Amino acid sequence: MSASDLHDIEFRSVTKRYGDVTAVTDINLAVPKGAFVALLGPSGCGKTTCLRMIGGFEQPSEGDVYIGETRVNDLPAYRRPVNMVFQHYALFPHLDVENNVAYGLRQQRPRIASDEISRRVGAALEMVRLSGFGRRRIHELSGGQQQRVALARAIVNKPKVLLLDEPLAALDRKLRTDMQMELQSLQRDLGITFLLVTHDQEEALSMSDLVCVMSAGRIRQFARPQEVYDRPADLFVADFVGKTNKMTVTAEPGILRLGNGATLPFAGPERGPAVLALRPEAMRIARVGTGDGPLVGHVTHRIFLGSLAEYSVAVAGVGEFLISAERHGLDANDLIEPGEAVSIDYISEAIRLYPA
Amino acid sequence: MAMTLATRKRLVTALLVGPSAAWLSIFLVLPFIAILVFSVGERAPEGGYQAAFTFAQFMNLPARATAFWNTMLLAPVGAILCLLVAYPTAYYLAIRAPTRFRMLLVSLVVVPFWTSLLVRTYAWIFILGARGLPNLLALIGLPDVRLLNTPGAVLLGIVYGYLPLMIMPIYVSLEKLDRRLLEASADLGASPVRSFFNITLPLSLPGVATGVALVTILLLGEYLIPQLLGGGKVFFIGNALVDLFLQSRNWPYGSAIAVTLVSVVVLIITLAMRLAWRFAGTRQVDLV
Ligand SMILES: Nc1ncnc2c1ncn2[C@@H]1O[C@H](COP(=O)(O)OP(=O)(O)OP(=O)(O)O)[C@@H](O)[C@H]1O
Ligand SMILES: [Mg+2]
Repeated sequence: MSASDLHDIEFRSVTKRYGDVTAVTDINLAVPKGAFVALLGPSGCGKTTCLRMIGGFEQPSEGDVYIGETRVNDLPAYRRPVNMVFQHYALFPHLDVENNVAYGLRQQRPRIASDEISRRVGAALEMVRLSGFGRRRIHELSGGQQQRVALARAIVNKPKVLLLDEPLAALDRKLRTDMQMELQSLQRDLGITFLLVTHDQEEALSMSDLVCVMSAGRIRQFARPQEVYDRPADLFVADFVGKTNKMTVTAEPGILRLGNGATLPFAGPERGPAVLALRPEAMRIARVGTGDGPLVGHVTHRIFLGSLAEYSVAVAGVGEFLISAERHGLDANDLIEPGEAVSIDYISEAIRLYPA
Repeated sequence: MAMTLATRKRLVTALLVGPSAAWLSIFLVLPFIAILVFSVGERAPEGGYQAAFTFAQFMNLPARATAFWNTMLLAPVGAILCLLVAYPTAYYLAIRAPTRFRMLLVSLVVVPFWTSLLVRTYAWIFILGARGLPNLLALIGLPDVRLLNTPGAVLLGIVYGYLPLMIMPIYVSLEKLDRRLLEASADLGASPVRSFFNITLPLSLPGVATGVALVTILLLGEYLIPQLLGGGKVFFIGNALVDLFLQSRNWPYGSAIAVTLVSVVVLIITLAMRLAWRFAGTRQVDLV
């Protein structure tokens, strides 16, 4: 079995330049068949560029793009077994909703029977909750409705690979959850490979099999969601995905020395200056006297979130930490007030050290 | 004094429309009323107009039927020929031409307007005349080819003279076409040719309609080209009007013809507009 039997999309050392601007640099990425991959990264990091090279709207300046076994660098967009939901929708203004959605099916040869087309269009519109909107013109729709038409127009074709560029960004929470579930079952039922760009981390972590974190045109980490969250490849990923507390430390045999001279026990092999990263939920606070954590500070701020409370805690000479505390609703006195002195403890296995 | 928003809006509208409305009512509506009045009058014995109320002039229209049919046939045919030549040019300029040269190329389209159409049409008399192209054709064994003073010559002159007017509106509508729609079309499996017929062409129809309407309407009143290149044979209504007003001084008859012409033009505009809207729908293209 060759590698391409396993992969639906592959980037091999792909670099894309627009004039002097290098949008993506030396990307290597292999998306397994039928996988749901989320593309995550700050604005302008090259996510859309990657999708556009798969869709066939940009050619790599260097390197090769493969779809299945085929090198597609020179394959025009209309010959690629790929459909895309565009970030800007790109709906056809002179066609109504139904004809927009039917567009892809009408291009297929051999021709699809027209009652088959209207059946599939109806099903797609139902999936995006737009049954009854078929005769509307595009400009008669709200932004969120347009986005769903864009989604329907792509999924109705049941392509081998579906590229989704922030396909749910304009939807309210309820609709978005509905669409997420629909997309997931669609992906599972049809075995379509999904490549989804999103700025919603929850969406990325909850829906995908694999998360690809990008920054400044490079891939920082490509791994399962849990792996990305628990073991970020570098400080950027740690910072970008979820919330992270960082402090500069010096690693010495057996200890980590903090800025204020305090030390934390440490068993790792690293030595020298480093940055320590710790998730808010891996830290615990207790009123001074009731707990005996290695660090002492005072609460500067509290955000009450119902089942959780988030505290900002200032530690002299080290900095400000964000700590989230689970509430069990038994103790009426569990909330710590700003100004109170607290001791801080943490789960030592959750510590990640990165080169400074 | 505070103005309500509605009053302000009305004032702005008045300021915007006012000048052209005033100009048109003085220089277009008034003369047209005069023509209407003339058309139901009688020719004074010494020429010109004398008051009366009769439709006799309209009864006489068939006498100029040839000019009428020439115009009605050659104006739209000329406009369509213009369209066929103009569309690919406009398409190239708007979609294919390198961005750096686009403005230069577009301005080249209007360069011919720097010289009078009269002069340029005169040039064609020499090219098409016996000592021009036919002379050359005779050299290669095609004697006695007549080019000048034929409908073909008139059509050639029409396409030549009106091409820029057709290119411009089509160019504008193609230029503002959202290229991303073509990407979407390709993404959905449409070849470039099909994308053209499914997306580009329908979305450029407003420009096509504008161009065809503009050129057709101007051609309906065309005088110069049929006069110079059509000789006495291919008379347009425009030539008939010149003849009636300036030569035989039959103002009422000329007016009746003019009124008929204007009515036909208005009818054509209305139909063309209807069609354009039907095909292209509203022109809102900006999404997001
Ligand atoms: N046609 C272009 N010409 C020049 N530069 C471009 C072009 N398209 C994209 N870029 C640049 O390439 C980089 C990557 O752009 P891209 O659209 O891929 O970002 P993105 O990750 O999709 O961002 P966002 O989340 O904001 O959509 C950006 O710096 C952008 O300015
Ligand atoms: Mg983007």
